Amino acid sequence: MSTITSEQVEARVVEALASFGPDAAAITREATFEELDIDSLDLVELAQIVEDEYGVVLKGEDMKELKTVGDAIDLITSRAA
Amino acid sequence: MKRRVVITGLGAVTPLGVRAASLHARWAAGTCGIVDGVGACSDFEPKDFLSIKEVRRLDRFSQLALVASEEALGEAGWADGLPYDPLRIGCIIATGIGGIETVENQHDVMRDKGAKMVSPLGIPQYMPNAAAAAVSMKHGLQGQMYGIVSACASGAHAVGSALRMIQYGDADAVVVGGAEATLTVFGFACFNSMQALSPTGISRPFDLRRDGFVMGEGAGVLVLEEAEAAAARGAAVLGEVAGYGSTSDAHHLTAPEPTGGPASRAIELALADAGVTPDGVDYVNAHGTSTQLNDAAETKALKRALGPDAKRIPISSTKSAIGHLLGAAGAVESVATVQTLAARLIPPTLGYEVPDPELDLDYVPGRARELALDNGRPPVAISNSFAFGGHNVSLVFKGARA
Repeated sequence: MSTITSEQVEARVVEALASFGPDAAAITREATFEELDIDSLDLVELAQIVEDEYGVVLKGEDMKELKTVGDAIDLITSRAA
Repeated sequence: MKRRVVITGLGAVTPLGVRAASLHARWAAGTCGIVDGVGACSDFEPKDFLSIKEVRRLDRFSQLALVASEEALGEAGWADGLPYDPLRIGCIIATGIGGIETVENQHDVMRDKGAKMVSPLGIPQYMPNAAAAAVSMKHGLQGQMYGIVSACASGAHAVGSALRMIQYGDADAVVVGGAEATLTVFGFACFNSMQALSPTGISRPFDLRRDGFVMGEGAGVLVLEEAEAAAARGAAVLGEVAGYGSTSDAHHLTAPEPTGGPASRAIELALADAGVTPDGVDYVNAHGTSTQLNDAAETKALKRALGPDAKRIPISSTKSAIGHLLGAAGAVESVATVQTLAARLIPPTLGYEVPDPELDLDYVPGRARELALDNGRPPVAISNSFAFGGHNVSLVFKGARA
């Protein structure tokens, strides 16, 4: 299995979040989920996409700690390594 | 004395178009919105009217309700702000089925990818109260809010319940309606196996050749306000919800009680509630589904309730133009009835050509007819809704004075 890069994860996460509603340009590593109007239901869907794509299982307690898009990308990348 | 309840806004998305105005205008002009045996809202592309988030988070029935509610609130003059304490504004949006498309899609996901992959949005999308919740959240309505479920009488029960909510003093205004979107594989399969749908795909209520209903989708929403409060804010009044009556058949899961007894009682109760006698009724917007049993039982019910006046009063069915919108029907037909009284123009029962010797009332064949008034009083109409399960609902509307 080839290594998954942070850039690949970032691209997938940004694509998924953009499909949830926020303007794609607003989805930066620094943006908070609160600013993007991404709520807990959206984050569960993001977790499902990530599991489907990378086999990384993110539990409720993992997701609760995430504040920014960058937090999510870093967590997924570290778990997928 | 009861508080009076007036209508200040109408909204509808129907097979005749996105906008309430197209419903009455096109129906009265003789246009039928049914194509290939289906009453689809083919002009309604959700992303043209709603944000990505709204489209993604709402089943189609809620999307239809949301768009109809925006139109109704706009007409009421509420677009720039609510005229009452939000805690005094109720919201009731009915549906017969709820988010069936979501159920089907998420069931596919569960079967193909496993239970863990079912969307967390599944329940909030398909719950039958989802449309009411969406309308309440969109507009900040914080009074009593709920859905109503009584199959094809849902929309009419909603309007009746909203009337009572204001009359009783629990709210000063209510945004009320119904929504349905069941044009799905499973929806057709279920209604087809009941043999409820027309095999010819033609909705021709009361006609001898009627052979079942044509399924449609859509939403209708009305803004109701307590009359004095509406007058105090200078609102334009479109009509009045004057009476509500409701009974049950306790007879059969799907077939109407054949004598029309309980249904006629609902009509009588609604007239008494409105303080109207049969000689003061100018129009009946029939449930008129185009099934053998409904149209026969409804005709009997009208004769029992209205006596000799039944023969005089013009009766037409909105379902001849848009099909049967199930849980939305009562709300959409309330919109059409208010429009009919306002325009003083009665749309015809489209497709009615061959009279059934058993059904001998005036079903307004052919073309629209002017609503004639003799003494300058506001025009009065009855709107009926009946449903699988044995629900009977009758509403009485008064038109605004000219």
